[in-house]
Amino acid sequence: MPNPSAPRQNGRQLDPSVRKTNFEEVAQIFTKEEALAEANRCLSCKNARCQANCPVGVQIPAFIALLKEGNVGEALAKIMETSLLPAICGRVCPQEKHCEGNCVLREKFGAVNIGMLERYTADTARKEGLTKAPACAKPTGKKVVCIGSGPSSIAAAAELARAGHEVTVLEALHAFGGVLRYGIPSFRLPREVIDREIETVKAMGVKFKTDVLVGAAQKVADLLKQFDAIYIGSGAGLPTMLGIPGESSVGVYSANEFLTRVNLMQAYKFPQTDTPVHVGKRVVVLGGGNSAMDAARCAMRLGPDSVTIAYRRSAEEMPARAAEVEHAAQEGVQFEYLVTPKEIMQDENGHVTGLKCTRNKLGEPDAKGRRRPIEIAGSEFILPVDTVIVAIGQRPNPIIAKTTPELQTTPRGVLALDEQGKTSLPGVYAGGDIIRGGATVLLAMKDGIEAAHRINRYLQEGK
Amino acid sequence: MEENTILEKKNLNSAVVKFVIYKPLIAASAQAGQFVILRGREGGERVPVTLVDWDSTQGTITVIIQAIGKSTTMFNALQQGEKFLNVAGPLGTPVEIKNYGTVAVVGGGVGIAEVYPIARALKQAGNRVIAVLGARTKELLILEKQMNELCDKTVCATDDGSYGMKGMVTDAIETLHNSGEKINAGFVIGPIPMMKFTTRLMDKLNIVPYASLNPIMLDGTGMCGCCRVTVEGTVRFACVEGPMFPAKTIDFDELIRRTSEYKPQEKQSLQAYQKDHVCKCGLH
Repeated sequence: MPNPSAPRQNGRQLDPSVRKTNFEEVAQIFTKEEALAEANRCLSCKNARCQANCPVGVQIPAFIALLKEGNVGEALAKIMETSLLPAICGRVCPQEKHCEGNCVLREKFGAVNIGMLERYTADTARKEGLTKAPACAKPTGKKVVCIGSGPSSIAAAAELARAGHEVTVLEALHAFGGVLRYGIPSFRLPREVIDREIETVKAMGVKFKTDVLVGAAQKVADLLKQFDAIYIGSGAGLPTMLGIPGESSVGVYSANEFLTRVNLMQAYKFPQTDTPVHVGKRVVVLGGGNSAMDAARCAMRLGPDSVTIAYRRSAEEMPARAAEVEHAAQEGVQFEYLVTPKEIMQDENGHVTGLKCTRNKLGEPDAKGRRRPIEIAGSEFILPVDTVIVAIGQRPNPIIAKTTPELQTTPRGVLALDEQGKTSLPGVYAGGDIIRGGATVLLAMKDGIEAAHRINRYLQEGK
Repeated sequence: MEENTILEKKNLNSAVVKFVIYKPLIAASAQAGQFVILRGREGGERVPVTLVDWDSTQGTITVIIQAIGKSTTMFNALQQGEKFLNVAGPLGTPVEIKNYGTVAVVGGGVGIAEVYPIARALKQAGNRVIAVLGARTKELLILEKQMNELCDKTVCATDDGSYGMKGMVTDAIETLHNSGEKINAGFVIGPIPMMKFTTRLMDKLNIVPYASLNPIMLDGTGMCGCCRVTVEGTVRFACVEGPMFPAKTIDFDELIRRTSEYKPQEKQSLQAYQKDHVCKCGLH
């Protein structure tokens, strides 16, 4: 019998005083007992709201039921019927907005910890050798190329391989995973988890190539001659900066640069690795999203005296996942709410010495329903900092649009799609940050899976 | 033949090495002013290096690398037959090649190699091309012969007067101007102070200056935003919008400050490498 009123298992985390000195994974995997206790809280709802609200349609009650029986391998196979990156999703999905946010137990007893159960399933099956690459349909003879190797492209590639197409993934950088590798730190998503999930996709026959920046040596038009269809998942691009004075001082990073140094280039291991990263004594991170939390927590691990997140609105409007905010706070990250940065102050050598800000109050809600920050006159003050990390978002990567004039873009610079999810070029589909500007891993994956289904139809029916 | 293999290695002087690398896709599409990102080993930096030459028939690209820090020192220790770990490109926006009239291509040190393909493309586009080559001393003056063969006129300047005229490239440009040369545009690649003062002089002499910038880069593919430079008061990203920009309004002082950000770490990294490195080539 299910036991919904049993306490929700929240799992264990590395002690904050230990974890802020290393890049080890913070959240520890469920023990078998924890997993079983948590699985047994699930009511196996017939019209499961969790599943209905999962963007990639994971069969949640069904996989949890298999876990209850102790059948980890089958549980994983059930998840992988719709989502091929469970070890990643279990770790980085904003479950509180999707499955867990819609669990019937949420208000009374606390939602079932679906994220941790998904991760337990994926990690345990991997450890016990029960992970099987899904079977692929018989070869169709069609060739598809996926541009980029981030979550969107990998999800698309796996679905396309499952349908029997010959799939190639082209990555511009020297390592696969896109934002999973350059953006998300290893203490949230260990590098070997990314490697293993990609191994599964490789085992399905997908070919992966590094160092291929589409739009450089090969243009989209060249690829159309070699492939029957194209999926563009080239991801985020150049960072949005604030446009305030002093932003080009020494000691100002975009979150993209800072996270790329630390995560992709492993600068925290310098000088064993060759790319350095430098933080001063007092770091401020501007922004309130997941990138801001990641940047602040990475900075904390590099040993400054203080790290502060400065956000224009209040805690309530902050877009980051609740768990990330909590983990950051546990690690000693401080929060300055309701402040707007006005100027980055610098010394005579151009090095950052402080951040001039004003205080805000909250006004009427904006178009997205978030209350607008309004400056309080005369509230100017200076945060004494020597490192500024700007984490206020980014634009889509510019290269493909720039080198493919036939592809229509919106005024925001993202690729324009029609109602069927197609770009303006026949056979060319797109998803993830290149159409959204900046979204989550999960929505990128959803785009990839849906585009793969459209590509299947296009290749079968020619439309 | 495996991609990224070094087919030819030649030491141009004690610190500068020319590599011919097998990379057919880049060789088939490279244009003047573009660069590649090189990586030598796992854990290694992504280093942007200007394309000096390319041969689509042979499938090769040529780069010329000056050993400055650990990464470039390690690159230059690679031997013929060995491979770079990663070669990505061609990156950046090509230089706008058209008939400007008379152009000066100005190279300082290893910048001479970097400006060479631009000189060649400008020559093919019908320009009268004058090469102005500068180096600290004669030994460091590279590619003079090739430039001489290619250009309508070549002048050299060395700081110590060991070759050509004694002085800076700015002195050479001024001499050209005083001798009645009417130059319409200038393309300048070299150390940042050299580009700054050359730009300033060209502007004074009514020569439209362009300079190829070398900010710190990470991915080099339009993602991280590390390479931002200020041109005409606006933030521009050198890896996709450059590296060549109209130079009159470039904030060179900011570029000097931003490229110096990691000097202490670079020094530390190189010293640690030199201390541990047991040299097999017998030269050190």
